[in-house]
Order: sequence, then structure tokens, then C-alpha cells
Amino acid sequence: MKNNSIKKLIAIVIIVFAYQSCSDDFIERVPVYSIDSENYFNSEDDYYNALIASYDLLQATYVNVMLGEIASDNTLCGGGDATDVIGFQQVDDMIHTSVNSNLRDIWNWMFAGVNRANYLLEFQDKTDFEGKEIIIAEAKFLRAYYNFELVKWFGGIPLKVDQRFALGDEKIIPRSSIEDVYALIESDLQFAVDILSYTAPQVGRATKGSAQALLGKAYLYQDKFTEAASVLDNLIVNGPYDLVEDYDSIFEHLGENGVESVFEVQYTDVEGAGFGCLQCSEGNVAVGFNGIRNYNGPLFDSGFSFNVPTQDVVDEFEAGDLRKDVAILDIENWAATTGATYGTGYEHTGYFNRKYIARKGDLNTGDQNLTNPNNYRSIRFADVLLMAAEAFNRGGINDGKAQLYLNRVRNRAFGNTDNEVSVAGSALTEAIYHERRVELVGEGHRFFDLVRTGRGSEIDGFTSNRNELFPIPLEEIQFSNGNWEQNPDY
Amino acid sequence: MKIKLFALFAFVLTIAVNGQNVDVSGTVTEASSGQPLPGVNIILKNTSRGTTTDFDGNFTLNDLTLNSVVVISYIGFISQEITIKDNRSLVISLKDDTESLDEVVVIGYGTQKKRDVTGAVSIVDAKTLEELRPVKVEQALQGTVSGVNVTSQSGAPGAGLDIRIRGISTNGTNGPLVIIDGYQGDLGILNPSDIETITVLKDAQAAIYGTIGANGVVLITTKTGKKGGKTQISINSYVGFQEATRHLSLLNATEYALILNESYANGGQALPFTNVSGLGEGTDWQDEVLNTGVPLVNHDFSISGGSDKITYSISGSHLYQQGIVAPKKTDFRRNTARASIRADLSDKFKLSTNITYTYLDRDSVNDFGLGSVLFNALNTPSTYSANDINGDFTLIPSTPGLGIEIINPLAQVANTYNDYDLKKLNGTLSLEYQVLDKLNLTGRIGFNTANSESKSFSKIVDYGGKVFDVGRSSVAQNAINDNDYSLDIFATYTDTFLDNHNVTLTGGTTVFKTFGNGLFATGYDVPNNSWGFADIALATGTGGDGVRDVGSYAYDERRLSFFSRLQYDFKGKYLFSAMLRRDSSTKFGPDNRVAYFPSATAGWIISDEEFFGDSNVFDFMKLRVSYGLLGNDQIPNNGYVGQLSGEATYIFDDVLTNGTAIGQLPNPELQWEEAKKFDIGLDFRLLSNKIDITTDYFINKRDNLLISNIPVSGITGVFAPGGAAPTVNAGAVENKGFEFAINYRDNYSEDFSISASYNVTTLKNTVTEVNNSTGFLEGGSFGVGQPTISRMEAGQPMGYFYGYKTDGIFQNQAEVDAHPSQLDLGAEASPGDIRFVDVNNDGVLDADDRTNLGDPIPDLTMGLNLTLNFKNFDFTAYAFASIGNDMVRNYERTVTDVNRLNYVLDRWTGEGTSNNVPRVTTAATTNRIFSDFFVEDASYLRIQNVQIGYSLPSNAIEKVGITKMRVYCGVNNLYTFTKYKGFDPGATSGAPIGGGIDFGFYPIPRTYLCGVNLNF
Repeated sequence: MKNNSIKKLIAIVIIVFAYQSCSDDFIERVPVYSIDSENYFNSEDDYYNALIASYDLLQATYVNVMLGEIASDNTLCGGGDATDVIGFQQVDDMIHTSVNSNLRDIWNWMFAGVNRANYLLEFQDKTDFEGKEIIIAEAKFLRAYYNFELVKWFGGIPLKVDQRFALGDEKIIPRSSIEDVYALIESDLQFAVDILSYTAPQVGRATKGSAQALLGKAYLYQDKFTEAASVLDNLIVNGPYDLVEDYDSIFEHLGENGVESVFEVQYTDVEGAGFGCLQCSEGNVAVGFNGIRNYNGPLFDSGFSFNVPTQDVVDEFEAGDLRKDVAILDIENWAATTGATYGTGYEHTGYFNRKYIARKGDLNTGDQNLTNPNNYRSIRFADVLLMAAEAFNRGGINDGKAQLYLNRVRNRAFGNTDNEVSVAGSALTEAIYHERRVELVGEGHRFFDLVRTGRGSEIDGFTSNRNELFPIPLEEIQFSNGNWEQNPDY
Repeated sequence: MKIKLFALFAFVLTIAVNGQNVDVSGTVTEASSGQPLPGVNIILKNTSRGTTTDFDGNFTLNDLTLNSVVVISYIGFISQEITIKDNRSLVISLKDDTESLDEVVVIGYGTQKKRDVTGAVSIVDAKTLEELRPVKVEQALQGTVSGVNVTSQSGAPGAGLDIRIRGISTNGTNGPLVIIDGYQGDLGILNPSDIETITVLKDAQAAIYGTIGANGVVLITTKTGKKGGKTQISINSYVGFQEATRHLSLLNATEYALILNESYANGGQALPFTNVSGLGEGTDWQDEVLNTGVPLVNHDFSISGGSDKITYSISGSHLYQQGIVAPKKTDFRRNTARASIRADLSDKFKLSTNITYTYLDRDSVNDFGLGSVLFNALNTPSTYSANDINGDFTLIPSTPGLGIEIINPLAQVANTYNDYDLKKLNGTLSLEYQVLDKLNLTGRIGFNTANSESKSFSKIVDYGGKVFDVGRSSVAQNAINDNDYSLDIFATYTDTFLDNHNVTLTGGTTVFKTFGNGLFATGYDVPNNSWGFADIALATGTGGDGVRDVGSYAYDERRLSFFSRLQYDFKGKYLFSAMLRRDSSTKFGPDNRVAYFPSATAGWIISDEEFFGDSNVFDFMKLRVSYGLLGNDQIPNNGYVGQLSGEATYIFDDVLTNGTAIGQLPNPELQWEEAKKFDIGLDFRLLSNKIDITTDYFINKRDNLLISNIPVSGITGVFAPGGAAPTVNAGAVENKGFEFAINYRDNYSEDFSISASYNVTTLKNTVTEVNNSTGFLEGGSFGVGQPTISRMEAGQPMGYFYGYKTDGIFQNQAEVDAHPSQLDLGAEASPGDIRFVDVNNDGVLDADDRTNLGDPIPDLTMGLNLTLNFKNFDFTAYAFASIGNDMVRNYERTVTDVNRLNYVLDRWTGEGTSNNVPRVTTAATTNRIFSDFFVEDASYLRIQNVQIGYSLPSNAIEKVGITKMRVYCGVNNLYTFTKYKGFDPGATSGAPIGGGIDFGFYPIPRTYLCGVNLNF
């Protein structure tokens, strides 16, 4: 009996141990159907896929474009009421503080773009394949694009080259000087200029021209007129770009990615989106926000009536300027002629930013206000011409060339050569400034054009030596634990 | 001395009346079922004379003196004493005694007698479930046990309920572990009639469950057959009708028009209603969407019995409930079938198995959040009719004042189509082997496999320019397969040394694996724009080029555990137990794969001490102490590895192109949350066990809270599409409280008995650490586009409301001028606007003046339950109260032209008119920013259940072969006393941060029900 029991006990002990011995490995399992981020970049496809990710954040720049206008004297914030997107309202009134979720979005989203480009660049040497340098060059272009946005909005930012920012870097890596940020932007773009060709492998991807234009712009923002003039002139002369004849056609669907498009942010209406993740939308969120409130009528779709043009910018157009009716929708006239109805939102001016308001005919994929397919014409050839003109003129290099480029833009605008500018010197500068405002109204450039040329005080509520830059988000200052200093006067 | 005298007197008296002896026979039955009870002891009191009942529950005792007392006792039942007056045959029905100290309590991998339990344990028995008639089992825990709070996410049929044991301890998942017959399961889908007992482990005793036990453990024991019993058939059926318990006080059409006119006039705009006469009451949208007489039906049956070696129980149930909002579109069907068999294979081997099949079918409308049916009903002006002259649903215009997010709620209901089905098979198979006299070995397999499918149809619909307009029809379908299994092997060794030292050792191992997958797909262009054709098989359209109309996920999580427990007592008087569990889990990072959870409990039965003497007040007194570590592993999977799960989508060549991007940032140090639980308790029984008191004081500290998506610097790229910040162990919460429960039971006579219980729980919740850079976590939305309003922050209760404090209404311009400018909050104030408090006294009103405005955690919860039995009638009433919970009123849309609650009639209209409700105006004000104006005290007392039953006399029904027949009627959720303005003061999303914000909760219905229990 006793013997029997012991046998049983032994048997049990053996069973239990046998059962356990296989169990050491039981919890060692790889996550099912997932790819480890540190074990990637093993093929050309991997690089390409990571490049798509780097492009993705361009779509989030809708808020940069909107706020670039709202912050300026071109538009008022608008919206439903005085507290509708309070962050926008405060920027419009130049009373924004470091607590502003919309400014924080810009910071967060542009850094997300930087990090995605850096993720690819971190592994740039891992796997070789033919054509890799194009992908690398595009990644550098995108890093420059995002860094340029960041330096425009916030000044000096922390930099980490060819490496992702890791948690804790905010406490260690200081804000670089504005010069250093531009130095990286310049070198990234120069790399892209050298590698890329004027024709991209796919529509929507950056070209040599995109890189040249952005490089010229970065020079111009630093008043490096000689360098700007040189690279922009090279682009104008050697690039395949030209002005389209009909200004109106540029901003319609058919005008997307046309001959005037030097770089264009691509949007589509085929995928849904929600307010929970605006940066996830594949559509142009700004278009729905800019749209006519409660609109019912032909051609356009409804929106949230933000970003409404001021009388001041409408009056800036000269008589005979064909661009006015393309850029500005006079809703009262429009309603009177078409019978359309509309609602009036906050700060209703009677005008809408016609370039970027919702058009009928898109898929209205839900939420329809967030999924408008209008591409953002980030760098148009007209912009390049005007930047070149400015560089030639303000750099004291060649006013004749400046006039030539300026007048190319003006002649298209008026449909004739009767309005050419022939002044020189500072009068020419003023003419170029005027031309930039009316040519590019609604496209997000105005605030920065004013600030970089020292004319910020033309904006209501603008405080010099403060409002040239926007505040670093308070949360980021707190995260940095004293590592980053807030911008002056915030 | 007196007692002795009395005894002597009684003795003399007995002798005095002696002289006439009788033979008495009788039948003993089980009160709950009416079935005969075999083996019941019938003893002449204070003697060894006696007998036991036979197989049919009959007994005979011969030669009894008149007025002698017989004691009828049976384990697990309340003993009865009967004085013999004559020789009439006795019919005795014994009641289950779940209160008995000999009652066996399940404690996880074992059982214990109630008197020996040294942890904080509460029990709910089948009788309570019978009285409460809950649709879902969770409801039976509300108010019946101390330390447990149950909240509903919605009153919609089949909606989820949240159980919180001793407060909210984590910002993550707070739900307790549910173990059904030894196996991890899901409470929400059980048939309540299948349950024998619910045991709630509230303290460190749950440490035997290690890393899954920190939120407390709910142990369910299901019903089984009885050995040697007759076959019992039990049928229970009830039918109920439901209605809403309250309507909110909204403006009628005339009031609305007048208020709107005033608002426009104050805003300097033209009046929208030039003529308000004839508007009348308008449409009561609540009447339009809230229905009465909505059916609830339940039928269930069970067949159980057994021989000497085998017992069985087979049951089935059917429940169908419609919702009071959109009854045809919101319903819940639950069918269950269950078989339980236990067999003694030999003297040494016992087998038990238990299989349950569950089918659920649930249809729902948007019942929560902005855009819910009730939200629309509350905001749609009463001036609009439900239908237009053509009989179509009236379109609510997209005017600036109404916005584009409010639609006709009836149209919304009509255009909602969805379906959810779940089929689940789960069960256990357990084999016990009595290896030696004192050594028992148990092997147990538990399994669960569930398939669910859901479908929702998005119809082409035009609400007139609203965000809910759909231009292209689509049908979204998904199929989800969830499986898990566990394998337990454990041994129990019981022995007694030197007569008085009793030892039980338990040790074993558990392997748990959960795995499954989900498939999602959408088809476009549903034929005929009709639900009848809404299936991907027919909806052959695809999304745009490059759009993924499909998706999937898969998971595989595992846990390996070893556990051991030592239970020791000396003479049953000094009790001690110690537990240790080791868990390794795939949830945790490679640096922290293994966790150890030790705990200990001790008890002292004071009433067994000599010095306690023969108290004639106290029958029993026990002191309990427990302390231990437990864990919580309920966090997102794979948080320690960086995965390419982000979203990378861009357009090349005009086609959506998908790439790969980093998802959540990893945290290789990820580990479990650690709970340190302390409990000290004192249990009493007094006045011959009529009163039973349980008291507990507890301190629960939860460290290493897993804070997912912890706020981190944006430079790390976490705000990219599909990105997320890592999950980090970075917080701590403390809950302290006191529990008191008292039960009183008395049988005044054979015909009248009473049982009453009251319990109260206090709770103080404090977040003690949030170790991220900002020191707080945020959640919970308010209004549209406003900052989040709930916070988790050190020194404050979890999820407290963070906003501006108000100080009445500005009565005149002088008061405005004397106050700091409110411009930073959004607009300059005018007379009639809310005055906010400069909390930090810096002379400036800005975001820094936000402060704690209350929290959704009740300070005190109470349950009061009463049961009366008089002759064949029984009456029960259950009440629950929650004191000190705050709720945010967030069902009022911000736009100008929506309907409003009628408190607006008391608005400020000039100096001295109101100091509570601000003026109405269409102009920009700061009156809508989040302040204590929107925070209400949602304390409430709810009469949860009242039921009256009548059991037909047995002689009347026995002829037709029925052993018991009880008919009953009752009301569930009879009435709620509260000052809260919204529908349901007890509702919450359950979110630790962001709970207690009312978007127009779907209220819990009041149910009138009548039913019958039949036993054969």
C-alpha cells in the first residue's frame, strides 16, 4: 500500500515537471503579424514604404497654411463664434499664448514628419539597391520641408541628424540656433538638388525643381539674396515649369499637378476622416474649415467659414486684375446672381478664400468637411518668379531681371502687358511685395512674408520682437525640464 | 444564576406536563424548490434521540413527550426547532443557509468554511438573484455587498456594466477578474438563473490570482445537481414592461421662441420669431423617442438530479429585451444552454464537467456621446414637428444657430441599421484524484471559444447638409474570433499535527493562453439602398483606389503561473494563511518578465477564547487582517516592442498609396501594476445569530500604474498618424475606506420571518503620483473644441473635473469693471455673464485659475435590503444610494438655437434677477466654457427593486405534481431620488479619467414585471 502511494507520488511529480519543463518557453513568442521597427529596411520596398510615411505628414500642413493666413492681415479667423477653435481666434487677434492646441499641432506634426524622415535616414546604409539615392534625397527634402516650417513658426529648434529623437532627448538636446537649422535645411536641399531630376518617378513626389525652389525660399528667408537669386534663376532657366495661361484653372481639380506646380501637397477624398485625428485625414482639412457656412447653391460645398478675407486684402487688388475673382468669393454677389443661400458665421466679411473652399463634385466621404480633395499648391512657379524677382531686387543684383520675372506674373494676371512694372529700387521692392500679396493670397505665405521683411507691425495686434515667432508649446517647455527657453515675451 | 434557575423551572414544568406521549411523523422539504430533503437530522433537543429523513424526506419519531422540542437540521440549511403540541404530521421546509458559518466559501483553488475565512469576502446567493431578477448578473452586486459599486454605461439593452471593487485604482482597466467554476470568464453573458453563488474577494486573499487579481476577484459557482436527489425540474418565467423613469424639463415651443428672441435681441440680431402666438407647446421630442410598455421577456428552466455517483444539471434560458429608445432598433436577445455533470468515477477519481453555450444578438442605436438619439432629442427645438406635411421626417435645417450636427432623432433611428451576434461555447473539465487520504490532486481544463459578427449599414441619406449625410451607401462587417484556454494542475494536502495544528497546503500551476483574430471589411453601393441587401456579397463597390476596405488584427497572449498557499490554524481559533504566486506574462517587457506576489492573512476567533466566556450577546467574533501584493496586467499588448503599426498613407500618381510607419513607441521596461492591499476586519454574530455584522477598514495602494500614451514631447514623433506615446509605469493611486454590513434575520413565527441588511462603504480616492512631465493626465471632452476637463493628478481624486470656479453673475457694469478681465477666457464679460473666480489671486483671469470642481467618485455608497415572509407571501425591497458623486452636464449643445432645459427661464435679465443662471445671448460670451455651472451633485437614492410573491399552498398543487409554485410581481428601478437634472445620476462611461460626463445617457428603464416559478 505504502509502496503504491509512493509510486503514485513519483508519477505525479514526473508529470508536473514534464508539464512545466515545456513551459519555460511558453511565454516566449513574437507578436503575431507585426514587424519590429528595429528590424526593417531589408529591401527596396521597405525604404519606399518608409518614404510614403515621410510624405504623409505633408497633409497635416493644412493648419500651417490656414494659420499663415489667419495670423496675417489677409483674413480674419471667422468660424461659428468667438470661441470656435479658440486657438485660431487667438492667433488671429495676436493674443495667443504658449497654451494653444493648434500651434502645438504644428509643433507635433512637423516633428512627426522630421522623425519619419530621420527613421529612414537612420537606416540609409542598411540595404543597397539601385535608385536608393533618390529615396534618400527625397527623405532629406522632406526633412528640410518640415524643419523649414518649424523654423518659420518657432525659430530655433532641437536638431538630431539621421536619427530619431528618443524619449528624454527633450531634456538633453538644446534648441539649435536659427542659423544652424537653416544650415541643415540648406545642406539637405542641396543634396536633393544634386540627386533628384526634374521629373519625379511618380506624381506627387519631390523633384529637383521642388528642392531648388525650397532652397531658394530658405535663402530668401535669411536675406541671402545672392544665393537665392542664383538657385531660383537656375530653376527658372533650366526647369520645365511655366505659368499656366489661365490663373483660374490652377485651383480647380483639373489644374492639379500642372506645369506651374513646383511642389504640391496631395490630397484625396476617397478615405474617411474624423476630428479625433485630423492629421490622419487624407483630405485637405483646411478646405472644409474655409468653406462657406451652411451653403446651399451651385459650384461650392458647405464648410465652417473660417479664414475669411478682409476688405483690406480685397482692396489690394488693382482694377483689372483677373485674379481677384479667382482668389476672393464675394458671397453676396454670388448669392444674388445664383440664388445660393448661406449662413453668416463669426466675423463675417462677405468674402471667402475661393482658392481653397470646398467644391461640389467630390465624394463627400465622411466627415465630408475633413476630406476635401483639393491639393495644396505649396510652391507655384509664380511664387518662384516672385521670389527670384525679390532676390534680384533686394540683393541689389539685377533690377532688370527682377522686373522681367515680376512682369511675367503680372502679365498673366491682367491678361495683357499694359500693367508691367518699370520702377526700380525700393519702389520695385514695394511692387514685388504687393504682387506677392495678391498673387499668393489664401495660400498661407502672407504672415511669413510680412515678418521676414520686417513688416509684421502691419498686422493688427502685432507686437514687434514678440510676434515674429510663435511660442513653443507650454507642454514642450515643461517636458524639456528647463532645457529649452521660451521664445521672447511669451 | 438566573439561567440555571430558569432551566430548573423548565425541567420541573416538563415533568409536570409529562404523562402524554405521541408519535410524530412529517416531511422535510427544501424551501426554495419544494423538493423533499433526504438525510435531514431530526433530534429531540438536548438528547441523542433522533432519526433522519428517508429518500422522500419523510421521518417518524415515536414516543415524544408533548411540548418537547425537536431540532431539524441539515448542513447548509437553517435549523428549525419545533415544539410538539400534538400528533399532527409536520411539514417542515428548510431554508438555505448561506449565512451559516459552516457554509463553504470558494476562495480560489480551494474552499474554506466561512468561519475560517480570513480575507474580506462577500457573498451573493441564488436567492438574491431570484429576488432581484437582474437581466445581467452584474446588477445583482449593486447594493447587496459592501465595497462594490456597479455603474451602467447606458440603459440600452445589453449595454455594458462596470464593476468596481473598492474604488477606482487605476487609470487603466478597473474591472475585476471573473472566475466561473475555476475558469476565467465573462459575467455579462451569464444566465443569472444558472448561478449558485457569487463570491467577491476584495482584499489580499485574491493574491492567489497574482497578476490578474488586483482589481478584485468575482468567483461564480454555478448550480449542480444533488446526489441522491429526485429529479427536479424548475421553470421560471417572467414578462416585463419598461419605460423611462424621468423626462428632462425642456422648453416648450412658446418658451423656446421667447428665449430665443431674447437671446437674439441681446446679441444685437434680428428676432427669429416675429410672432410667438400659436406656437403652443410644440413637439416634446422626449415623448417622441422614449417609449412605454416596452417588452422584456425571460424564460428559463433547469433539470437536475443525481444518483449516488453522478449528478447532473441541465438548463436553458431565453431572454429578450427591447430598448425604451427605438424599441425595434435596440434590442437584446440572450439564449443559453448549459450542462453540468459530476461523476465519482471511483473512490479516488472524481470528474466534473460544465459546458455552456451562449447566443447573443444585440442591435443598437447611437446611445452615447455627441450625436446620440437622446442628445438630438434634447437639442432639437420643440418648434419643429416630427414629421412634415408629406409624412416624411422633418429636416432640421442647417442654420448657423442649429449647426450641422443636430438631426431629427426619429429620422436618425429610422436610418440606423446594425446587428451584432455572438456565439460562445465555454466550459471546464476537471478531474480530481484523491492520491492519498490527505492529498488531493486536481487537473482542470477551461476553454472558451467565441465567434462574433457584426454588421452596420450606412444608408444613403440626406439630412439637409448635416455631417451625418451619406452620399454613398456602404456596409461594414466584421468577424471576430476569440479563444482562450487554461490548464490548472494543483495539489492540496491537508493534515492535522499534534491534534490541534491543522495545515492545508496548496500548490500548483496555471497556464493561460488567449488568442484570436478579427477581420473587418466594407462593401460599397448596397443594392436598393436597403438593409435587406446590406451584405458585402451584394455591395460590390469598392472604396477609392488605394483605400483599404479591409483590415484585420490578431493576438496571442500567454501567462504562466505557479502558486502556493499555506493555511494553518491552531484549534480553529488562530488562523493564518500565506500565499505566493509567480507569474510570467507576454504582456510585460523583456526586462520584467516575471513577477512574484506574496500575501498573508490572519484571523483570530475571539469568541472561542476562554476569557470571552459564554457571552449571551455575542455568538461569534472574529478579527481578520490581510496584507499582500497583487498585480494588474490589463494593458495593451506588445507595448514593449516597437512595431510598424503606424499609419502611412499618401497619394502618388493620384492613387492612395500605403506605406509603413512606426506606431506606438516601445517601453522595454513595461511591467504590471502593483497593488498593495491592507485590510483589517471584525466580524460579529449576536443575539443567537440573528444579527451578523461585518466591518472592514482597507487601504489599497496601487503603484506602477500603466499609463498608456503618456504625454511626451512631440519631437519624438508620437503625434504622427497611428503613432502613440509609450505605455509607462508612472502613477500611483490610493483608496482608503471603511465597510460596514449588518444583516438581521429573525423568524418571529413559522408564518412570519424577516431579513434586513444594510451596508455602507466609504471611499477616499487619491492619486498619489503621476510621474510624467506635466504631472497630470487628461481626458474627457466637454462641448465642442474645448480642452479636456478631467484629470488624474497627484493629490486629487482620480478623474476630477478641472475648470473654472464661478462666483455668481455680474449684476452690473461696475461689478464687471471691478473684476479682472475675462478676455483671456474667450470674451470680455458683460452684466448677466458668469463671474469666474481668480483662484490664484494674481489679478488675472486665465487658464491658471482652473481648479478642482468635483469628481465622479462617490464618497459613500449604501445598500438597504429588506425581505419579509408572511405565510405564503414574500416581499423584498432593495435600495442603493450613492452620495457625493458629481456629474458634468454636457448634453447641451453650444450653438445658439438648440432647445434648452427650463432652468434657463430663471436667467439673468437685469440687475438682481438672477445670480445663478447667466443671460441668454447669441453674442460671444465665456458662459459656455467649462465651469462649476456645469457640474452637478449627482448623489442619488434608488429603489432598485421591489417584489412581492405568493407561493401556492403545497396541498393545493401537489395533486398536479407540482412541488412549488410561486407567482410574483415586481418593479425594477422603481424610483430614483436625486437633484441631478439629467436622465441618470448613476450612469458613467466608466472611464477612470473622463467618466461622469453626461452626453445624454440612455437611462436605465423602469421595469414592471410579473413571473412564475414552478418546481416539479
